[in-house]
Amino acid sequence: MTRLLRAIAVPAALLLAGEIAMRAAGSSSDALAPPSDVAAALAALLADGEMLRASAETLASALGGLAIGGGVGLLAGLLFGAVPAAARLFAIVVEGIRPIPAVALIPLALILFGFGFRLEIAIVAFAAIWPMLVFTQAAVAAVDTQLLDVARVLRLPLAARLARIVVPFALPRIFVAFRLAFGVALIVAVTVEIAVNPLGLGYGMTMAQQTLRPADMLAYLVWIGVLGFLLNVLLLVVQRTVFGRFLPRGARP
Amino acid sequence: MTAPIVLRGVGLVLGGLRILQGIDLEIRQGEFACVVGPSGCGKTTLLRALAGLLPPTEGEVLIGGVPVRAPRRDVAVVFQDYSRALLPWRTAAGNVALALETMGMPARAQAARIQDLLARVGLAEHAEKFPGQMSGGMQQRLQIARCLAQEPNVLLMDEPFGALDAMTRQTLQDEVLGLVAERGVTVFFVTHDLEEAAYLGDKVIGLLPRPGRVAKHFTVDLPRPRDQLATRETPEFLRLRRSLFDFMRAAEA
Repeated sequence: MTRLLRAIAVPAALLLAGEIAMRAAGSSSDALAPPSDVAAALAALLADGEMLRASAETLASALGGLAIGGGVGLLAGLLFGAVPAAARLFAIVVEGIRPIPAVALIPLALILFGFGFRLEIAIVAFAAIWPMLVFTQAAVAAVDTQLLDVARVLRLPLAARLARIVVPFALPRIFVAFRLAFGVALIVAVTVEIAVNPLGLGYGMTMAQQTLRPADMLAYLVWIGVLGFLLNVLLLVVQRTVFGRFLPRGARP
Repeated sequence: MTAPIVLRGVGLVLGGLRILQGIDLEIRQGEFACVVGPSGCGKTTLLRALAGLLPPTEGEVLIGGVPVRAPRRDVAVVFQDYSRALLPWRTAAGNVALALETMGMPARAQAARIQDLLARVGLAEHAEKFPGQMSGGMQQRLQIARCLAQEPNVLLMDEPFGALDAMTRQTLQDEVLGLVAERGVTVFFVTHDLEEAAYLGDKVIGLLPRPGRVAKHFTVDLPRPRDQLATRETPEFLRLRRSLFDFMRAAEA
Protein backbone atom coordinates (compact mmCIF):
# COMPACT_ATOMS: atom_id res chain seq x y z
CA MET A 1 0.00 0.00 0.00
CA THR A 2 2.77 2.46 0.93
CA ARG A 3 4.57 1.38 -2.21
CA LEU A 4 1.53 2.25 -4.30
CA LEU A 5 1.26 5.62 -2.58
CA ARG A 6 4.92 6.31 -3.26
CA ALA A 7 4.51 5.35 -6.90
CA ILE A 8 1.61 7.71 -7.54
CA ALA A 9 2.81 10.54 -5.29
CA VAL A 10 4.76 12.42 -8.00
CA PRO A 11 2.16 12.13 -10.79
CA ALA A 12 -0.61 13.13 -8.41
CA ALA A 13 1.37 16.14 -7.20
CA LEU A 14 2.07 17.23 -10.77
CA LEU A 15 -1.58 16.94 -11.73
CA LEU A 16 -2.60 18.88 -8.64
CA ALA A 17 -0.03 21.59 -9.40
CA GLY A 18 -1.36 21.83 -12.95
CA GLU A 19 -4.90 22.07 -11.70
CA ILE A 20 -4.04 24.86 -9.24
CA ALA A 21 -1.96 26.78 -11.78
CA MET A 22 -4.68 26.60 -14.43
CA ARG A 23 -7.38 27.65 -12.01
CA ALA A 24 -5.28 30.50 -10.60
CA ALA A 25 -4.53 31.87 -14.06
CA GLY A 26 -8.28 31.86 -14.55
CA SER A 27 -8.22 32.49 -18.28
CA SER A 28 -9.57 29.91 -20.69
CA SER A 29 -6.91 28.49 -22.99
CA ASP A 30 -7.21 27.14 -26.53
CA ALA A 31 -4.28 24.77 -25.96
CA LEU A 32 -4.54 23.52 -22.39
CA ALA A 33 -7.23 22.56 -19.91
CA PRO A 34 -7.13 21.78 -16.19
CA PRO A 35 -6.74 18.04 -15.45
CA SER A 36 -10.21 17.89 -13.92
CA ASP A 37 -11.75 19.22 -17.13
CA VAL A 38 -9.77 16.68 -19.15
CA ALA A 39 -10.99 13.88 -16.89
CA ALA A 40 -14.57 15.08 -17.23
CA ALA A 41 -14.22 15.29 -21.02
CA LEU A 42 -12.75 11.78 -21.15
CA ALA A 43 -15.63 10.45 -19.05
CA ALA A 44 -18.18 12.15 -21.32
CA LEU A 45 -16.55 10.87 -24.51
CA LEU A 46 -16.45 7.35 -23.08
CA ALA A 47 -20.05 7.60 -21.87
CA ASP A 48 -21.55 8.62 -25.21
CA GLY A 49 -19.63 5.87 -27.05
CA GLU A 50 -17.70 8.32 -29.22
CA MET A 51 -14.32 7.34 -27.78
CA LEU A 52 -14.99 3.61 -28.08
CA ARG A 53 -16.18 3.94 -31.67
CA ALA A 54 -13.04 5.92 -32.56
CA SER A 55 -10.87 3.35 -30.74
CA ALA A 56 -12.49 0.53 -32.66
CA GLU A 57 -11.76 2.31 -35.96
CA THR A 58 -8.13 2.96 -35.10
CA LEU A 59 -7.57 -0.56 -33.79
CA ALA A 60 -9.27 -2.13 -36.80
CA SER A 61 -6.98 -0.19 -39.14
CA ALA A 62 -3.88 -0.96 -37.05
CA LEU A 63 -4.69 -4.68 -36.79
CA GLY A 64 -5.70 -4.96 -40.45
CA GLY A 65 -2.48 -3.34 -41.57
CA LEU A 66 -0.51 -5.41 -39.10
CA ALA A 67 -2.06 -8.62 -40.39
CA ILE A 68 -1.16 -7.82 -43.99
CA GLY A 69 2.21 -6.12 -43.51
CA GLY A 70 3.25 -8.34 -40.62
CA GLY A 71 2.28 -11.41 -42.63
CA VAL A 72 4.33 -10.29 -45.61
CA GLY A 73 7.26 -9.41 -43.34
CA LEU A 74 7.02 -12.73 -41.54
CA LEU A 75 7.03 -14.83 -44.71
CA ALA A 76 9.82 -12.80 -46.30
CA GLY A 77 11.81 -12.94 -43.06
CA LEU A 78 11.43 -16.72 -42.84
CA LEU A 79 12.52 -17.10 -46.46
CA PHE A 80 15.45 -14.68 -46.23
CA GLY A 81 16.60 -16.14 -42.92
CA ALA A 82 16.48 -19.73 -44.14
CA VAL A 83 17.86 -19.07 -47.63
CA PRO A 84 20.69 -16.50 -47.51
CA ALA A 85 20.85 -16.52 -51.32
CA ALA A 86 17.28 -15.17 -51.45
CA ALA A 87 18.17 -12.49 -48.91
CA ARG A 88 21.12 -11.39 -51.07
CA LEU A 89 18.96 -11.35 -54.18
CA PHE A 90 16.42 -9.01 -52.58
CA ALA A 91 18.85 -6.98 -50.48
CA ILE A 92 18.94 -3.92 -52.75
CA VAL A 93 15.16 -3.91 -53.22
CA VAL A 94 14.55 -4.17 -49.47
CA GLU A 95 17.18 -1.64 -48.47
CA GLY A 96 15.94 0.71 -51.17
CA ILE A 97 12.30 0.67 -50.11
CA ARG A 98 12.67 0.30 -46.36
CA PRO A 99 13.98 3.84 -45.62
CA ILE A 100 10.88 5.45 -47.19
CA PRO A 101 8.84 6.86 -44.28
CA ALA A 102 5.44 5.15 -44.32
CA VAL A 103 3.60 8.46 -43.99
CA ALA A 104 5.35 9.75 -47.14
CA LEU A 105 3.16 7.26 -49.02
CA ILE A 106 -0.03 9.02 -47.88
CA PRO A 107 -0.43 11.13 -51.07
CA LEU A 108 0.07 8.10 -53.31
CA ALA A 109 -2.23 5.89 -51.21
CA LEU A 110 -4.85 8.62 -51.16
CA ILE A 111 -5.00 8.62 -54.97
CA LEU A 112 -5.16 4.82 -55.03
CA PHE A 113 -7.67 4.23 -52.25
CA GLY A 114 -9.39 7.50 -51.37
CA PHE A 115 -10.30 8.27 -47.75
CA GLY A 116 -11.22 5.41 -45.45
CA PHE A 117 -9.97 2.16 -44.02
CA ARG A 118 -8.18 0.96 -47.15
CA LEU A 119 -5.94 4.02 -47.20
CA GLU A 120 -5.01 3.64 -43.56
CA ILE A 121 -4.54 -0.13 -43.70
CA ALA A 122 -2.25 0.20 -46.72
CA ILE A 123 0.03 2.71 -44.97
CA VAL A 124 0.09 0.70 -41.73
CA ALA A 125 0.84 -2.49 -43.69
CA PHE A 126 3.83 -0.86 -45.37
CA ALA A 127 5.18 0.30 -42.03
CA ALA A 128 4.63 -3.07 -40.31
CA ILE A 129 6.53 -5.08 -42.91
CA TRP A 130 9.99 -3.92 -41.89
CA PRO A 131 10.27 -4.64 -38.16
CA MET A 132 8.70 -8.04 -38.83
CA LEU A 133 10.99 -8.83 -41.76
CA VAL A 134 14.24 -7.68 -40.20
CA PHE A 135 13.70 -9.37 -36.83
CA THR A 136 12.29 -12.60 -38.26
CA GLN A 137 15.18 -12.88 -40.69
CA ALA A 138 17.68 -12.39 -37.88
CA ALA A 139 15.82 -14.88 -35.66
CA VAL A 140 15.84 -17.59 -38.31
CA ALA A 141 19.44 -16.96 -39.27
CA ALA A 142 20.37 -17.31 -35.58
CA VAL A 143 19.07 -20.87 -35.27
CA ASP A 144 21.77 -22.95 -33.64
CA THR A 145 23.87 -24.72 -36.28
CA GLN A 146 24.25 -27.70 -34.00
CA LEU A 147 20.47 -28.12 -33.77
CA LEU A 148 20.44 -28.10 -37.57
CA ASP A 149 23.10 -30.84 -37.50
CA VAL A 150 20.87 -32.80 -35.14
CA ALA A 151 17.99 -32.36 -37.56
CA ARG A 152 20.14 -33.65 -40.41
CA VAL A 153 21.45 -36.62 -38.43
CA LEU A 154 17.86 -37.52 -37.52
CA ARG A 155 17.04 -37.09 -41.22
CA LEU A 156 14.16 -34.67 -40.68
CA PRO A 157 12.64 -33.65 -44.02
CA LEU A 158 12.75 -29.93 -44.84
CA ALA A 159 9.17 -29.26 -43.74
CA ALA A 160 9.73 -31.01 -40.39
CA ARG A 161 13.03 -29.19 -39.97
CA LEU A 162 11.20 -25.87 -40.32
CA ALA A 163 8.17 -26.82 -38.24
CA ARG A 164 9.96 -28.63 -35.41
CA ILE A 165 13.31 -26.86 -35.15
CA VAL A 166 13.56 -23.52 -36.95
CA VAL A 167 10.17 -21.97 -36.18
CA PRO A 168 10.01 -23.00 -32.49
CA PHE A 169 13.58 -21.74 -32.03
CA ALA A 170 12.83 -18.42 -33.69
CA LEU A 171 9.31 -17.98 -32.26
CA PRO A 172 10.17 -16.04 -29.10
CA ARG A 173 12.13 -13.49 -31.12
CA ILE A 174 9.43 -13.39 -33.78
CA PHE A 175 6.96 -12.52 -31.03
CA VAL A 176 9.21 -9.64 -29.96
CA ALA A 177 9.14 -8.51 -33.59
CA PHE A 178 5.34 -8.71 -33.48
CA ARG A 179 5.25 -6.52 -30.39
CA LEU A 180 7.42 -3.91 -32.09
CA ALA A 181 5.38 -4.07 -35.29
CA PHE A 182 2.20 -3.65 -33.25
CA GLY A 183 3.56 -0.49 -31.66
CA VAL A 184 4.55 0.85 -35.09
CA ALA A 185 1.10 -0.02 -36.49
CA LEU A 186 -0.65 1.98 -33.76
CA ILE A 187 1.61 4.99 -34.22
CA VAL A 188 1.20 5.00 -37.99
CA ALA A 189 -2.59 4.51 -37.82
CA VAL A 190 -3.02 7.53 -35.53
CA THR A 191 -0.61 9.55 -37.66
CA VAL A 192 -2.56 8.85 -40.85
CA GLU A 193 -5.76 9.85 -39.05
CA ILE A 194 -4.23 13.11 -37.86
CA ALA A 195 -2.81 13.87 -41.28
CA VAL A 196 -5.69 13.07 -43.63
CA ASN A 197 -8.03 10.25 -42.80
CA PRO A 198 -11.44 11.14 -41.28
CA LEU A 199 -11.45 8.13 -38.95
CA GLY A 200 -10.60 7.03 -35.46
CA LEU A 201 -8.79 8.58 -32.52
CA GLY A 202 -6.38 10.73 -34.51
CA TYR A 203 -9.23 12.37 -36.41
CA GLY A 204 -11.24 12.87 -33.22
CA MET A 205 -8.29 14.58 -31.60
CA THR A 206 -7.67 16.82 -34.62
CA MET A 207 -11.34 17.81 -34.75
CA ALA A 208 -11.31 18.72 -31.04
CA GLN A 209 -8.23 20.84 -31.63
CA GLN A 210 -9.65 22.66 -34.64
CA THR A 211 -12.96 23.42 -32.90
CA LEU A 212 -11.05 24.82 -29.92
CA ARG A 213 -12.00 22.13 -27.39
CA PRO A 214 -8.67 21.60 -25.59
CA ALA A 215 -10.20 19.39 -22.87
CA ASP A 216 -11.53 16.95 -25.50
CA MET A 217 -8.25 17.06 -27.41
CA LEU A 218 -6.26 16.21 -24.29
CA ALA A 219 -8.80 13.54 -23.36
CA TYR A 220 -8.07 11.82 -26.71
CA LEU A 221 -4.35 12.15 -26.07
CA VAL A 222 -4.62 10.59 -22.60
CA TRP A 223 -6.82 7.79 -23.95
CA ILE A 224 -4.35 6.96 -26.77
CA GLY A 225 -1.60 6.74 -24.18
CA VAL A 226 -3.68 4.47 -21.92
CA LEU A 227 -4.65 2.25 -24.85
CA GLY A 228 -1.05 1.87 -26.06
CA PHE A 229 0.15 1.11 -22.54
CA LEU A 230 -2.52 -1.53 -21.89
CA LEU A 231 -1.96 -3.28 -25.22
CA ASN A 232 1.78 -3.45 -24.61
CA VAL A 233 1.21 -4.89 -21.13
CA LEU A 234 -1.13 -7.47 -22.61
CA LEU A 235 1.45 -8.55 -25.19
CA LEU A 236 4.18 -8.69 -22.54
CA VAL A 237 2.02 -10.97 -20.38
CA VAL A 238 1.36 -13.24 -23.35
CA GLN A 239 5.06 -13.32 -24.16
CA ARG A 240 6.01 -14.22 -20.61
CA THR A 241 3.42 -16.94 -20.15
CA VAL A 242 3.91 -18.56 -23.55
CA PHE A 243 7.66 -18.28 -24.06
CA GLY A 244 9.13 -17.51 -20.65
CA ARG A 245 10.36 -21.02 -19.98
CA PHE A 246 11.45 -22.16 -23.37
CA LEU A 247 13.56 -19.27 -24.57
CA PRO A 248 16.74 -20.73 -26.01
CA ARG A 249 19.97 -19.26 -24.76
CA GLY A 250 20.58 -15.78 -26.06
CA ALA A 251 17.01 -15.31 -27.23
CA ARG A 252 15.70 -13.70 -24.07
CA PRO A 253 14.48 -10.25 -25.02
CA MET B 1 23.27 -55.43 -38.91
CA THR B 2 27.03 -55.73 -39.43
CA ALA B 3 28.50 -52.27 -39.57
CA PRO B 4 32.25 -52.10 -39.85
CA ILE B 5 33.69 -48.69 -40.69
CA VAL B 6 36.23 -48.48 -43.52
CA LEU B 7 37.95 -45.33 -44.69
CA ARG B 8 40.06 -45.38 -47.84
CA GLY B 9 42.29 -42.45 -48.65
CA VAL B 10 39.91 -39.93 -47.12
CA GLY B 11 40.92 -36.32 -47.62
CA LEU B 12 38.97 -33.16 -46.97
CA VAL B 13 39.55 -29.59 -48.09
CA LEU B 14 37.36 -26.90 -46.57
CA GLY B 15 37.45 -23.33 -47.83
CA GLY B 16 40.84 -23.86 -49.47
CA LEU B 17 42.28 -25.31 -46.29
CA ARG B 18 43.35 -28.95 -46.14
CA ILE B 19 41.84 -30.47 -42.98
CA LEU B 20 42.32 -34.21 -43.57
CA GLN B 21 44.72 -36.13 -45.77
CA GLY B 22 45.06 -39.74 -46.80
CA ILE B 23 43.14 -41.33 -43.93
CA ASP B 24 42.99 -45.12 -44.06
CA LEU B 25 41.14 -46.75 -41.21
CA GLU B 26 39.33 -49.94 -40.43
CA ILE B 27 37.09 -50.35 -37.42
CA ARG B 28 35.57 -53.79 -37.03
CA GLN B 29 31.94 -54.50 -36.30
CA GLY B 30 31.35 -54.01 -32.57
CA GLU B 31 34.74 -52.46 -32.01
CA PHE B 32 35.18 -49.45 -29.72
CA ALA B 33 37.64 -47.07 -31.38
CA CYS B 34 38.82 -43.94 -29.61
CA VAL B 35 40.40 -41.04 -31.47
CA VAL B 36 42.89 -38.69 -29.84
CA GLY B 37 45.14 -35.94 -31.08
CA PRO B 38 46.13 -32.34 -30.46
CA SER B 39 43.56 -29.65 -31.21
CA GLY B 40 43.23 -28.87 -34.89
CA CYS B 41 44.02 -32.42 -35.99
CA GLY B 42 40.59 -32.84 -37.57
CA LYS B 43 39.02 -35.23 -35.04
CA THR B 44 35.61 -33.60 -35.21
CA THR B 45 35.83 -33.13 -38.98
CA LEU B 46 36.56 -36.83 -39.38
CA LEU B 47 33.52 -37.63 -37.23
CA ARG B 48 31.36 -35.32 -39.34
CA ALA B 49 32.56 -37.11 -42.47
CA LEU B 50 31.58 -40.46 -40.92
CA ALA B 51 28.17 -39.00 -39.99
CA GLY B 52 27.54 -37.95 -43.58
CA LEU B 53 27.37 -34.29 -42.50
CA LEU B 54 30.49 -33.33 -44.42
CA PRO B 55 31.31 -35.35 -47.53
CA PRO B 56 35.04 -35.92 -48.04
CA THR B 57 36.71 -34.35 -51.06
CA GLU B 58 38.81 -37.45 -51.70
CA GLY B 59 38.56 -41.13 -50.95
CA GLU B 60 35.54 -42.90 -49.55
CA VAL B 61 33.85 -43.68 -46.26
CA LEU B 62 32.11 -47.05 -46.05
CA ILE B 63 29.83 -48.14 -43.24
CA GLY B 64 28.62 -51.71 -43.51
CA GLY B 65 30.11 -51.78 -46.99
CA VAL B 66 27.93 -48.88 -48.22
CA PRO B 67 29.45 -45.49 -49.09
CA VAL B 68 28.31 -42.72 -46.73
CA ARG B 69 27.01 -39.70 -48.61
CA ALA B 70 24.33 -38.43 -46.22
CA PRO B 71 23.22 -39.09 -42.62
CA ARG B 72 21.80 -42.58 -42.12
CA ARG B 73 19.23 -43.99 -39.75
CA ASP B 74 21.63 -46.63 -38.40
CA VAL B 75 24.38 -44.10 -37.62
CA ALA B 76 23.73 -42.01 -34.50
CA VAL B 77 25.73 -39.01 -33.32
CA VAL B 78 26.21 -37.81 -29.74
CA PHE B 79 27.31 -34.18 -29.88
CA GLN B 80 29.66 -32.63 -27.37
CA ASP B 81 27.53 -29.64 -26.43
CA TYR B 82 24.42 -31.37 -25.11
CA SER B 83 22.71 -28.09 -24.22
CA ARG B 84 22.73 -27.14 -27.92
CA ALA B 85 21.80 -30.60 -29.16
CA LEU B 86 18.46 -30.84 -27.32
CA LEU B 87 15.28 -28.91 -28.03
CA PRO B 88 14.79 -26.66 -24.97
CA TRP B 89 11.05 -26.34 -25.61
CA ARG B 90 10.46 -30.10 -25.52
CA THR B 91 10.44 -32.36 -22.48
CA ALA B 92 12.82 -35.30 -22.14
CA ALA B 93 10.13 -37.52 -23.62
CA GLY B 94 9.53 -35.01 -26.42
CA ASN B 95 13.20 -34.91 -27.30
CA VAL B 96 13.34 -38.70 -27.64
CA ALA B 97 10.12 -38.55 -29.65
CA LEU B 98 11.86 -36.34 -32.21
CA ALA B 99 13.91 -39.34 -33.34
CA LEU B 100 10.89 -41.65 -33.40
CA GLU B 101 8.72 -39.21 -35.36
CA THR B 102 11.19 -39.15 -38.24
CA MET B 103 11.23 -42.94 -38.27
CA GLY B 104 7.49 -42.85 -38.85
CA MET B 105 6.53 -44.57 -35.63
CA PRO B 106 2.81 -44.10 -34.89
CA ALA B 107 2.13 -41.86 -31.91
CA ARG B 108 0.44 -44.62 -29.94
CA ALA B 109 3.45 -46.92 -30.06
CA GLN B 110 5.80 -44.11 -29.10
CA ALA B 111 4.92 -43.66 -25.44
CA ALA B 112 6.00 -47.13 -24.33
CA ARG B 113 9.14 -47.00 -26.43
CA ILE B 114 10.10 -43.58 -25.03
CA GLN B 115 9.62 -44.77 -21.48
CA ASP B 116 11.78 -47.82 -22.22
CA LEU B 117 14.56 -45.70 -23.75
CA LEU B 118 14.55 -43.20 -20.88
CA ALA B 119 14.68 -46.07 -18.40
CA ARG B 120 17.74 -47.47 -20.11
CA VAL B 121 19.68 -44.27 -19.43
CA GLY B 122 18.23 -43.84 -15.93
CA LEU B 123 15.83 -41.02 -16.75
CA ALA B 124 12.55 -42.90 -16.26
CA GLU B 125 11.52 -40.51 -13.49
CA HIS B 126 12.33 -37.39 -15.49
CA ALA B 127 10.28 -37.86 -18.67
CA GLU B 128 8.34 -34.62 -18.15
CA LYS B 129 11.33 -32.43 -17.31
CA PHE B 130 12.67 -29.87 -19.75
CA PRO B 131 16.40 -29.91 -20.58
CA GLY B 132 16.81 -26.60 -18.76
CA GLN B 133 15.69 -28.32 -15.56
CA MET B 134 18.26 -31.13 -15.87
CA SER B 135 21.92 -31.38 -14.88
CA GLY B 136 24.62 -31.69 -17.54
CA GLY B 137 24.94 -35.42 -16.96
CA MET B 138 21.19 -35.91 -17.29
CA GLN B 139 21.10 -33.88 -20.51
CA GLN B 140 23.89 -35.98 -22.00
CA ARG B 141 22.02 -39.15 -20.96
CA LEU B 142 18.96 -37.76 -22.71
CA GLN B 143 20.96 -37.20 -25.88
CA ILE B 144 22.19 -40.79 -25.69
CA ALA B 145 18.61 -42.01 -25.25
CA ARG B 146 17.61 -40.12 -28.39
CA CYS B 147 20.48 -41.82 -30.25
CA LEU B 148 19.40 -45.24 -28.99
CA ALA B 149 15.94 -44.52 -30.38
CA GLN B 150 17.47 -44.74 -33.85
CA GLU B 151 18.56 -48.31 -33.03
CA PRO B 152 21.97 -47.49 -34.42
CA ASN B 153 24.62 -49.96 -35.52
CA VAL B 154 27.22 -47.23 -35.33
CA LEU B 155 27.58 -44.64 -32.59
CA LEU B 156 29.68 -41.55 -33.28
CA MET B 157 30.55 -39.63 -30.12
CA ASP B 158 32.25 -36.23 -30.17
CA GLU B 159 33.89 -35.56 -26.80
CA PRO B 160 30.58 -36.43 -25.16
CA PHE B 161 31.80 -36.17 -21.57
CA GLY B 162 34.25 -33.29 -21.98
CA ALA B 163 32.06 -30.77 -20.18
CA LEU B 164 31.05 -33.02 -17.26
CA ASP B 165 32.60 -33.27 -13.81
CA ALA B 166 34.90 -36.21 -13.06
CA MET B 167 32.40 -38.31 -11.11
CA THR B 168 29.58 -37.92 -13.63
CA ARG B 169 32.04 -38.64 -16.43
CA GLN B 170 33.07 -41.97 -14.91
CA THR B 171 29.46 -42.99 -14.33
CA LEU B 172 28.53 -42.18 -17.91
CA GLN B 173 31.62 -43.98 -19.25
CA ASP B 174 30.47 -47.17 -17.58
CA GLU B 175 26.89 -46.67 -18.74
CA VAL B 176 28.01 -46.25 -22.34
CA LEU B 177 30.19 -49.35 -22.11
CA GLY B 178 27.18 -51.26 -20.81
CA LEU B 179 24.87 -50.04 -23.57
CA VAL B 180 27.47 -50.75 -26.24
CA ALA B 181 28.13 -54.27 -24.94
CA GLU B 182 24.38 -54.93 -24.86
CA ARG B 183 23.80 -53.94 -28.47
CA GLY B 184 27.14 -54.74 -30.07
CA VAL B 185 27.39 -51.39 -31.83
CA THR B 186 30.51 -50.06 -33.46
CA VAL B 187 31.75 -46.92 -31.71
CA PHE B 188 33.85 -44.02 -32.96
CA PHE B 189 34.68 -41.97 -29.89
CA VAL B 190 36.52 -38.64 -30.12
CA THR B 191 38.10 -37.44 -26.89
CA HIS B 192 40.90 -35.25 -25.61
CA ASP B 193 41.07 -37.24 -22.40
CA LEU B 194 43.82 -39.86 -22.94
CA GLU B 195 42.88 -41.94 -19.90
CA GLU B 196 39.29 -42.00 -21.06
CA ALA B 197 40.44 -43.27 -24.47
CA ALA B 198 42.48 -46.06 -22.86
CA TYR B 199 39.71 -46.97 -20.44
CA LEU B 200 36.92 -47.21 -23.02
CA GLY B 201 38.53 -48.36 -26.23
CA ASP B 202 39.50 -51.57 -27.94
CA LYS B 203 41.92 -49.42 -29.81
CA VAL B 204 43.07 -45.83 -29.84
CA ILE B 205 43.84 -43.94 -33.03
CA GLY B 206 46.32 -41.09 -32.76
CA LEU B 207 45.96 -38.23 -35.24
CA LEU B 208 48.48 -35.53 -36.12
CA PRO B 209 47.52 -32.04 -37.28
CA ARG B 210 48.13 -29.83 -40.36
CA PRO B 211 46.85 -31.69 -42.26
CA GLY B 212 44.97 -34.15 -40.06
CA ARG B 213 46.30 -37.67 -40.66
CA VAL B 214 46.54 -40.98 -38.87
CA ALA B 215 49.87 -41.25 -37.10
CA LYS B 216 49.59 -44.22 -34.80
CA HIS B 217 47.38 -47.11 -33.72
CA PHE B 218 47.37 -48.28 -30.12
CA THR B 219 45.83 -51.63 -29.31
CA VAL B 220 44.14 -51.74 -25.92
CA ASP B 221 44.73 -55.13 -24.37
CA LEU B 222 42.56 -54.78 -21.30
CA PRO B 223 39.95 -57.31 -20.20
CA ARG B 224 36.23 -56.45 -20.24
CA PRO B 225 34.15 -55.56 -18.37
CA ARG B 226 36.32 -52.63 -17.39
CA ASP B 227 36.37 -51.32 -13.84
CA GLN B 228 37.06 -47.72 -12.92
CA LEU B 229 39.52 -48.71 -10.16
CA ALA B 230 40.93 -52.12 -11.09
CA THR B 231 41.36 -51.43 -14.80
CA ARG B 232 43.09 -48.13 -14.20
CA GLU B 233 45.58 -49.83 -11.84
CA THR B 234 46.72 -52.60 -14.20
CA PRO B 235 50.26 -52.38 -15.60
CA GLU B 236 48.87 -52.61 -19.13
CA PHE B 237 46.67 -49.53 -18.55
CA LEU B 238 49.60 -47.58 -17.11
CA ARG B 239 51.86 -48.63 -20.00
CA LEU B 240 49.22 -47.54 -22.53
CA ARG B 241 48.61 -44.31 -20.67
CA ARG B 242 52.36 -43.64 -20.84
CA SER B 243 52.59 -44.22 -24.58
CA LEU B 244 49.52 -42.08 -25.24
CA PHE B 245 50.98 -39.20 -23.25
CA ASP B 246 54.33 -39.64 -25.04
CA PHE B 247 52.52 -39.52 -28.37
CA MET B 248 50.66 -36.35 -27.46
CA ARG B 249 53.78 -34.68 -26.11
CA ALA B 250 55.63 -35.42 -29.34
CA ALA B 251 52.63 -34.31 -31.40
CA GLU B 252 52.35 -30.98 -29.63
CA ALA B 253 56.11 -30.28 -29.66
